[in-house]
Amino acid sequence: MSKGSPISPSLMAAKSAGAPKAPEKVDRPADAVVDNAATLSPVLGPNNVVPPTVMTGSEAIVRSLEELGVDDIFGLPGGAILPTYDPLMASKMNHVLVRHEQGAGHAAQGYAMVTGRVGVCIATSGPGATNLVTAIMDAHMDSVPLVAITGQVSASVIGTDAFQEADIVGITMPITKHSFLVTDPNDIPHVMAEAFHLASTGRPGPVLVDIAKNAQQGTMTFSWPPKIDLPGYRPVVRGHNKQVREAARLIAAASKPVLYVGGGVVKAHASAELRELAELTGAPVVTTLMARGAFPDSHPQHVGMPGMHGTVSAVTALQQSDLLITLGARFDDRVTGVLSTFAPHAKIIHADIDPAEISKNRVADVPIVGSVKEIIPELSEAVRNAFEQSGTPDLDGWWAFLNNLRDTYPLGWTEPEDGLSAPQRVIERIGALTGPEGVYVAGVGQHQMWAAQFIKYERPHAWLNSGGAGTMGYAVPAAMGAKVGEPDRVVWAIDGDGCFQMTNQELATCAINNIPIKVAIINNSSLGMVRQWQTLFYEGRYSNTDLNTGHDTIRIPDFVKLAEAYGCAALRCERDEDIDATIQKALEINDRPVVIDFVVSPNSMVWPMVPSGVSNDQIQVARNMTPEWEEED
Amino acid sequence: MSRHTLSVLVEDKPGVLTRVSSLFARRAFNINSLAVGPTEVSGISRMTVVVDADGDLIEQVTKQLNKLINVIKIVELTSESSVQRDHILVKVRADAATRLQVTQAADLFRASVVDVSTDSVVIEATGTPEKLAALLSVLEPFGIREIVQSGTLAVGRGSRSMSDRALRSA
Repeated sequence: MSKGSPISPSLMAAKSAGAPKAPEKVDRPADAVVDNAATLSPVLGPNNVVPPTVMTGSEAIVRSLEELGVDDIFGLPGGAILPTYDPLMASKMNHVLVRHEQGAGHAAQGYAMVTGRVGVCIATSGPGATNLVTAIMDAHMDSVPLVAITGQVSASVIGTDAFQEADIVGITMPITKHSFLVTDPNDIPHVMAEAFHLASTGRPGPVLVDIAKNAQQGTMTFSWPPKIDLPGYRPVVRGHNKQVREAARLIAAASKPVLYVGGGVVKAHASAELRELAELTGAPVVTTLMARGAFPDSHPQHVGMPGMHGTVSAVTALQQSDLLITLGARFDDRVTGVLSTFAPHAKIIHADIDPAEISKNRVADVPIVGSVKEIIPELSEAVRNAFEQSGTPDLDGWWAFLNNLRDTYPLGWTEPEDGLSAPQRVIERIGALTGPEGVYVAGVGQHQMWAAQFIKYERPHAWLNSGGAGTMGYAVPAAMGAKVGEPDRVVWAIDGDGCFQMTNQELATCAINNIPIKVAIINNSSLGMVRQWQTLFYEGRYSNTDLNTGHDTIRIPDFVKLAEAYGCAALRCERDEDIDATIQKALEINDRPVVIDFVVSPNSMVWPMVPSGVSNDQIQVARNMTPEWEEED
Repeated sequence: MSRHTLSVLVEDKPGVLTRVSSLFARRAFNINSLAVGPTEVSGISRMTVVVDADGDLIEQVTKQLNKLINVIKIVELTSESSVQRDHILVKVRADAATRLQVTQAADLFRASVVDVSTDSVVIEATGTPEKLAALLSVLEPFGIREIVQSGTLAVGRGSRSMSDRALRSA
């Protein structure tokens, strides 16, 4: 008699395709766990051996961070984290003092996104910790490796509504990969090592370490490396062989395949592997908002970004496809539109490191749980074998169809009727004059979509934005973090006038700490994306979207004066003929941050657009203009 | 919507019950009952969660539960392959005139009387939810003053141990 059916992610993923039983979560061989390649230790960093040494909990926090290989930290002290800031002062680690904890969180995200390393932020208890919440949630939605360290009131007063007490572990439970409350200083080394291991392996994400003040002040015996004890955490990295072969068989049989590439490919540093697979299969590639740059925009097989503001060719490729080869993407509603009408003829191969993403929104025909870094090369190998057996599929008809769409419906914009600059042109010129080696960080809204559309991304980790969360105010602090992580690159924050006013206090941090980012405020004097929806869906009733920062307004704040007050170089550009010269000037200033107030038309809209609540087939290239679909076949 | 019984081995750490229950709440999964207690292995607790969900949803429930770092292992127990029991304490009105009838009813269900006062008794019973419902309907006419019921507890039939296998390889 059966003793009940064990349920494990790998098994469940394999089940629907009739694969044999995959090993249970707890029975995975050791090589299935992501280990530090150099040392085969789950403890990040060089794993220096530190013999038992008596020190305070605070010293142990700082020492643990050093041993974990941390170089840069973003934070702001306060009462409950004060003990830790004392030994931090003597550390060789670089601590960047921010002006608001949210800035520390986003900076740590930006740092993590460009370097691939864990971003670290520190805040005090209560409001310090709650100010991190938006950034933690943002990192959770976009799978950014982040460790947030917060001070907590002493264990003896936890639960008494003590001064600056907040249950930050409870508050962040739904938006962290995991969280720890430390009340005993002896737990600090292993908790810190576990936090970094969790944040950086499997599907990356934010981990909160809340450390009570008494644990910081108490003494403990520090030794390194600590033992990591996470019996319930065994991320699957290698794809199931049989599933990979089945995927290859489908690829060999498909006539309209599409590589649907998500942010997981960027996180896994698998761009080279992706390129090999793409060129082997000859299939068109779409890169989602989180994956811009994972595959070069200039590559002839790249057909664009899919989704609500994707290109007609990318959106249609997915809709008409007979096989989606989904790599590190999650069928987000901004990509699928109305789910039941999404890619109705396609079989689905879905490779993802998070088993819970597979068949969450769209049922996968061939699920493959694992890291795309491991799966893609295996898939390439299997495809090569499959092509040898059954021949290389003929995709000429598919490409003729897609090339026609690309030629007929290229990305573009119409000149605003009010005579003001088109925001798209400003963004396109920033990308063109800076080049693909730059880093581009966007806020959220119209400027974000234009930056995704009109800057050409040729490499991964060059494009940062708040994708899942849609956090206005992400750009300036995330650009700051990116510049700290990659000081030799030009880092642009492409921001909106609304977004900029949410987090621009970090310009002070940038100016004082010599973090010379460049900020382009795409100033359309309004909450532009909301205004666009009001134009399209609320009969032009502009309820509470006018920010009075642009042409013919009172211009509060004056962004040039504001930037100057923060010690930045400040430029303003109001005419098309000045765009290039202004960008060039900004590119020449590298001794301090630069802020450019690009005053642009408030009437420009983001196109194409799939209106909310309809099928992707209803994509509009301009207002009420849907492409003429030729009957294919 | 069908009923599923999940046995979940978790680390005995602060907040783990909150992590599990809030996961159900925020993902809009319905918990029918949840029971938690220590196991034969120190540091490991076992939860029995009864969920109402159809096939796709139960798959998503278990995948999401598995993502919780403190969750070590999940097994779905079917009614055929496992023993499933609820526990109930019922305070029933019973004076000198009716006490005998009440205790006889309890006897029929192999329930026992664990407290007696001049005008009430407390009856303790164990069984499947159906059996306990039947007991309650028999006691109902006497006047039920209070009911306390546990969540379902479940264990697989046969000699295999869930925690044994989980910990050997962990």
